[in-house]
Amino acid sequence: MKSITALIAGILFGVGLAVSQMINPLKVLGFLDVLGHWDPSLALVMVGAIAVTLPGFALLRRREKPLVADRFQWPTRTDIDGRLVLGAAVFGIGWGLGGFCPGPGIAAISLGWHEPLVFTLSMVAGFIAWHLYERGMAASTDG
Amino acid sequence: MTEFTPVSALIGGALIGLAAVALMALNGRIAGVSGIAGGLLSNTEGDRSWRWLFVLGLLIGAGGHELLRPETFELREGFPVMLLIAAGLLVGIGTRIGGGCTSGHGVCGISRLSTRSLVATITFMIAAAVTVAVVRHGFGVGP
Repeated sequence: MKSITALIAGILFGVGLAVSQMINPLKVLGFLDVLGHWDPSLALVMVGAIAVTLPGFALLRRREKPLVADRFQWPTRTDIDGRLVLGAAVFGIGWGLGGFCPGPGIAAISLGWHEPLVFTLSMVAGFIAWHLYERGMAASTDG
Repeated sequence: MTEFTPVSALIGGALIGLAAVALMALNGRIAGVSGIAGGLLSNTEGDRSWRWLFVLGLLIGAGGHELLRPETFELREGFPVMLLIAAGLLVGIGTRIGGGCTSGHGVCGISRLSTRSLVATITFMIAAAVTVAVVRHGFGVGP
């Protein structure tokens, strides 16, 4: 059941990315290009998303458990450290270079176009590189 | 160059928000794509299927939209593959270090009124805008 509901949420998310044109890197770069021919559309994607998610989450906070899982896994971290800022900055540079962030990068593969595929495979390589690095760090502290 | 499309941006954004609320209401999970996809590497067996199906949903949603409304935008051509690879690696590593991307920190985090996510969002937005300014206007790559 958890898989089916995740699939439904994923489909909704994918339709939203396509309708808003987040899957078009030129649209994304047009938003980030404040010195050029600025296209403010993506600011409204954020506004539209938060306008639904903010009240939605506020209502869910009052509930005890989700419909098909044991518990709500709300993020608990509130610390603002160097890692957060460094990671966000590295992500931002990558986003600005290609015009893809993770969701749109994956979703746009369905258009049968090489760019999102190259981007996503490289992103997964980045995930793996970081995963191996962290495991190596953990092993060296344990030993 | 792209034009301002406020209506589709708001509708698409609202759908993304609806997906985020649905995933929390049903599965108790944050709809952060880098976390969901990156978690495929480190999490236990039983935790993987909903992640795969969410990712599959992204493809079905965007692909389905493309079938029903083809050519809503022109695919970018001639963009350097090396830049896409660099972009993917940076996005992969950066989102793991910083613990989130546009969806997890941007949409869900801000909707939870998390200062940590707000700091991350402001950081990656600035880093991305500076990168676009340097790449487009400094080196003259892209439109």
